[in-house]
Amino acid sequence: MELTKTKNDREVMIRMINIHKSFGDVHVLEGVNLNVYRGEVIAVIGPSGSGKSTLLRCINKLELINEGAIEIEGTIIESVNMPDYPVASNQQVKASLGKTGMVFQNFNLFPHMTALQNVIEAPIHVKKIKKEEAIALGKRQLDRVGLSDKYDAYPSKLSGGQKQRVAIARALAMSPDVILFDEPTSALDPELIGEVLDVIKKLAEERMTMIVVTHEMSFAKEISDRVIFMDNRNIVADSPPDEFFNNQEHPRIKAFLEKMLSNKN
Amino acid sequence: MALLDYVTTILPQMMIGLGTTLEMYFASLILVLPLGVIFAILKLMGPKPVRWILNVYTWAWRGTPLLLQLFIVIYGFPVIGINLPKFLAAAGVFCLNMSAYVTEIMRAAIGSVDKGQYEACKVLGMSYPQTMLRVIIPQSFRIALPPTCNEAINLIKDTALVSVINLMDVTRTAVIIANRDFRIVSYIIAFIIFLLLTSFMVKVFAYLEKKATAYD
Amino acid sequence: MPLGFFDYIAENMPLILNGLKFTVKLWVIVVVVMLPLSTLCAIAKVSGPKWLRKILNVYTWIFRGSPLILQLYLAYFGLPYLGIVLEPMTVVITVFILCVVAYQTEIVRGGILSTDKGQYEACKALGMSYGQTMLRVVIPQTVRKILPQTCSEVIVAFKDTCLVSAIGLGDLLRSARELVIGDLRVDAFAVVLVFYLLVSSILVLVFNKLEKKYSVYV
Repeated sequence: MELTKTKNDREVMIRMINIHKSFGDVHVLEGVNLNVYRGEVIAVIGPSGSGKSTLLRCINKLELINEGAIEIEGTIIESVNMPDYPVASNQQVKASLGKTGMVFQNFNLFPHMTALQNVIEAPIHVKKIKKEEAIALGKRQLDRVGLSDKYDAYPSKLSGGQKQRVAIARALAMSPDVILFDEPTSALDPELIGEVLDVIKKLAEERMTMIVVTHEMSFAKEISDRVIFMDNRNIVADSPPDEFFNNQEHPRIKAFLEKMLSNKN
Repeated sequence: MALLDYVTTILPQMMIGLGTTLEMYFASLILVLPLGVIFAILKLMGPKPVRWILNVYTWAWRGTPLLLQLFIVIYGFPVIGINLPKFLAAAGVFCLNMSAYVTEIMRAAIGSVDKGQYEACKVLGMSYPQTMLRVIIPQSFRIALPPTCNEAINLIKDTALVSVINLMDVTRTAVIIANRDFRIVSYIIAFIIFLLLTSFMVKVFAYLEKKATAYD
Repeated sequence: MPLGFFDYIAENMPLILNGLKFTVKLWVIVVVVMLPLSTLCAIAKVSGPKWLRKILNVYTWIFRGSPLILQLYLAYFGLPYLGIVLEPMTVVITVFILCVVAYQTEIVRGGILSTDKGQYEACKALGMSYGQTMLRVVIPQTVRKILPQTCSEVIVAFKDTCLVSAIGLGDLLRSARELVIGDLRVDAFAVVLVFYLLVSSILVLVFNKLEKKYSVYV
């Protein structure tokens, strides 16, 4: 497979080109461009309604774009009004989408399955892995997120933080190349946020490629390689966290950060 | 005749009637679940003509009285040259009637499953049939269980309608005995039989619902 | 030469209209009585004295646990054996009301019980009496909550009216059956079918509108 290389030889994993998205008459994204490199952790922040979650959901086609092109690991998975970017075959698109994992704000665990069943469902029925192997794999992933004692618990018996960790294990079990986190801690009680962030932090240390839409500023500061600030349907700033948080010149971003930090107290 | 002696004399006849009632009940019930589930799925994702036919079916069967449906099949069909055995015709009417209700119950249950469940399946790469069969429908069964149990209890009461078309069920037997002996004891026994049946079913279904929602 | 459908129906219009009048009359009476009576029974079942609650429990259990047609048979054919002879219409209306009210009582009771405990506490904190609490706070909320079930109960009551044909009273279905069996043609059933479908569809539409209107703040 021919990989897209950049000048400094870093591999582009996801390329979003001129993305337009609207819901009915409401424009949510207007010409967004974004490259995500392998091994990178990107924090996406910004006021609500700025299109953060939509941007994320466009990457794995949960939302279909109105214009633009999206490329995952060299495969163009979606292209609208962009003749220079021909969409790959259905099979290739499916394979590339399979390389993305996602973690939702509301967990979306399957309530009629135990934690372990949640994790092994897709490996068995999508990847067609043998059941015993899948169980071993599932247990490994649950161990990885610190839930060795919850294999057989139904989601209703788990706390929000535990649910979200099962959801992360479920995504990891498909061995994705990139995981998309859609506000993974927004539905959690404050005291449960830490355990989920710790798991994501651990993944960051393992150099898992991740895009995290979040409202946790300190977390964004601590783990991300790049902070992307969205406002008014587009990316307004894209810089390393140090620069972003400490030397912020942009008045709107400054105001936003001040508001977020004062809310904390 | 003393009450107890009288009850002993008529009880065997009543039991034969009960046999007919139960036969009618199970003959009607047996196909309801598979039909209801299949119809609901077809109504949601079948080809357009099939969906259209099913819409008319549930609308017409739920919008008209069961007794009218029974009369059309028992008295109307022979007039236009269709002669069905009475028992089978009645069971068919009950089955199609309850299936129409269960179809709508299942459809509503499938529709009430959270959108996030579909999204989770999609990001895990599951196909549409996998999503429906492994994730959505199992969840909707649990949502549909209480109203479906309710329909199953209604059905046992509805079978009493066959007394109108002269099938010898509990109710018809009670009427005939009462008219013969000028006593209402047979009615009381019929009441007791139905109360026992429905109360028993309520208990069984409550147990079933408790088991089915074990994961909640 | 047999009559065409419309000529045939026109010729038998008096009989059909008679049946229709009976059906509608029965239904209207039942619905009008059902709503207040079931609300009273439900309140009594929730907060009445123990003996009354016991009686009401037995009442709803018996009427919801047995077929309406059996109840009709007993009252219509059975009571005369005990020396109780009443007007047929009185018997039918009474049995219908008792049965429908039993179902509706349970619906209202469920609605009352599902009202959040905090609502009672808020009323208490504001110094409202129990009567005020029920009438001004709990029941209005209950009405909106149980509206869908109540609407479907009204439709069920409408469809059940045809059960009176089983005891030989001349409702619409009875008239139609006589025509079908007497003349060996099914036209009359078609009329009844269309009538019930039409009315129940109109009811469904009206009730959907009603539910939408009253679910605004839910």
